Amino acid sequence: MKRFKFIFLLLFLLTFGIKTVNSQISDLINRSEVHGSFEIDGQYYQADNALGITDSLLGGRKLGLNGFGNITYTLGKFSAGMRYEAYLTPIAGFDPALEGNGFPYLWAAYNDDNFSVTVGNFYEQFGSGFVLRTYEEWALGYDNSLNGVRVTYEPVKGLLFKAVYGTQRYFWDKFEKNDLGIVRGVDAEMNFNDLFKAMSNSKFRFVLGGSMVSKFQVDENPIYKLPENVASFAGRANIGYGKFNLSTEYAYKINDPSAINNYIYKEGQAFIASASYSTKGLGIFAQFKRIDNFSFRSDRDVTANALDISYLPPITESHTYALTSMYPYATQPNGEIGFQFQVNYKVPKKSKLGGKYGMGIEINYSQINDIVRNKVNDTTAINQKGTLGYTSDFLKFGDQIFWRDLHITINKKFSRKVKGIFQYMYQTYDIATIEGHPGEPEVNSHIAVADVTYKFTSTKSLRMEVQGLWTKEDMGDWAAVLLEYTISPHWFFSITDQYNYGNSVVADQTHYFSAAFGYTYKTTRFQFTYGRQREGIVCVGGVCRQVPAASGLSFAISTNF
Amino acid sequence: MKNLILVSLLSLLSLAAVSQNSEKNTNLPSVNIKTLDGQTFNTQDITNDGKPVIISFWALWCKPCKKELDAFNENYEDWVDETGVKVFAISIDDSRSTAKVLPFVSGKDWEFEVLLDPNGDFKRALNVNMIPHTFLLDGDGKIVYQHTSYYEGGEFELYELVKKVANGETLGK
Repeated sequence: MKRFKFIFLLLFLLTFGIKTVNSQISDLINRSEVHGSFEIDGQYYQADNALGITDSLLGGRKLGLNGFGNITYTLGKFSAGMRYEAYLTPIAGFDPALEGNGFPYLWAAYNDDNFSVTVGNFYEQFGSGFVLRTYEEWALGYDNSLNGVRVTYEPVKGLLFKAVYGTQRYFWDKFEKNDLGIVRGVDAEMNFNDLFKAMSNSKFRFVLGGSMVSKFQVDENPIYKLPENVASFAGRANIGYGKFNLSTEYAYKINDPSAINNYIYKEGQAFIASASYSTKGLGIFAQFKRIDNFSFRSDRDVTANALDISYLPPITESHTYALTSMYPYATQPNGEIGFQFQVNYKVPKKSKLGGKYGMGIEINYSQINDIVRNKVNDTTAINQKGTLGYTSDFLKFGDQIFWRDLHITINKKFSRKVKGIFQYMYQTYDIATIEGHPGEPEVNSHIAVADVTYKFTSTKSLRMEVQGLWTKEDMGDWAAVLLEYTISPHWFFSITDQYNYGNSVVADQTHYFSAAFGYTYKTTRFQFTYGRQREGIVCVGGVCRQVPAASGLSFAISTNF
Repeated sequence: MKNLILVSLLSLLSLAAVSQNSEKNTNLPSVNIKTLDGQTFNTQDITNDGKPVIISFWALWCKPCKKELDAFNENYEDWVDETGVKVFAISIDDSRSTAKVLPFVSGKDWEFEVLLDPNGDFKRALNVNMIPHTFLLDGDGKIVYQHTSYYEGGEFELYELVKKVANGETLGK
């Protein structure tokens, strides 16, 4: 009872005290900001024999629901936030390990002008991400955030230091001793144009950076003696001169036997260089990349899509049309070598080819091969477990082509009412390697897309996509049609069909028919889709997202404030 | 016990009343992002001398985003003449294609400023779920309107709001 009296007195004082400190509190509230966002994605599944989805396969799991809510609080230099996630049950195509709910993302931060500290969960990237990138991709159900501490310090403008340490998110598992690895990293970046007065107005721009990241994980392997501390180092530079720009990064990692590399004791390397020339109406781009045994994870035994410390970006175009994105490339962390070229050109307005409005042209070629692997000695097979694995020449291309893509895209406005995008692509895709299905053929395909928009009024438009994919391999030929009617800024309605008419198995010549509509008000958005959906990136009704294969009704609701 | 609840409720209500009375405005968070040639850029430097600003999140893989920015670009000269508005297009492309953004933008001949947010720090700070996502800032740099997704013609609706903001009008809630 004594305690109650005390609390009562305290609240009493507080209530009356409010009057006197009212101005302070109102000031506090005025400077406070609360923001957030919510999203719920759901799918109600139907049995669909043509897709191989039967009632018994679905079991009781007819409804997949992925949802999150994110709240951020800011008061001057202080901020804090949390994200709640629920996968009850996860939508098909997401990792079943996500099933559950909780707060995987909790943090607080203090940001001063040249100093910041974050505790809790955070996302960070050093350079291009070779030695460290933590990020979150809701549409993929991927989150490898670090839970720990991050400090950044900028002693003078142009010099930035970062230090991080922590453990990574692994679905809903709590970190335990001797379980996953511990990640520690430092990064420094120098901007010469900011640091040196003489260079502040120079045409020559120079940024230099370096990082070191190490992982600690105990060795409990009964057979091999594994390194418990694995260090990686990276150096990067960004050089610009007038219209030219060059950015490059090289990373090295000590030996790190893992389930991904078949427990070989070889060191790892990663290299990327991108060069571009840009002027009004013209952009030219070239890129080279080499990856050699560079899978770097918090847990050497994990093969699922989780716990990556390194991010190895694929250097191929991310295609977005239904059929051009049917065979998407994924980086091969054990080894790949490749390059990419691109030209973007705007044919000027009022020229013969450009017409009244001008015309955009994009030509892109990318190719990724295997690296060359040589035996380390006569008695050891290439990539043999517990050995040094192989040796490799840095600049040599292996014979096997993982990916090849030549495409040309034309963007043209014909009149005030009609505009279109036209694309042709030739693509080579090594299913066996990229999807990990040995024995499957290499898929060579021709793909063509016409995407035409007709404007009835300033707010009402009809868009039509016609696409074809022609190949002798895998599932054979495909055709796709999409009709989308939009009323800006609120409504869209669409119907689409993808038809696998060239499948050599007649029973598998499936139509993927679906209809959708959506409503947007400011930042709140509803979308409903009924029908079949093939796995891939789908862009309809103004946004793009990754969707898994399914049949039934799907919906998405999202908002932010 | 009842009193206790009553007193707590009253305290909360008075707090709520205070927050209701004050005109809430949203400031841009301070996040370090990158310029197209790799220099660091703080988002507090997204300013326009007391005139409106449009911030639009996009990526190379997002077709509707590119359509929206093309539409902005087509009207940009007129918009700048009439209202002094400035557009900042924030690419959330990750390191897969950050180096490709500059030549792409040149090839498009977009006349507004383009910046890079390769690990989504700015995007997260503004709670952007999906792109395209567009913000409108008034002359004091406060966020007064935001919108997600783009349909053909959406730029005209946005520009009506830009004109209001440029004239110093407040937008209806």
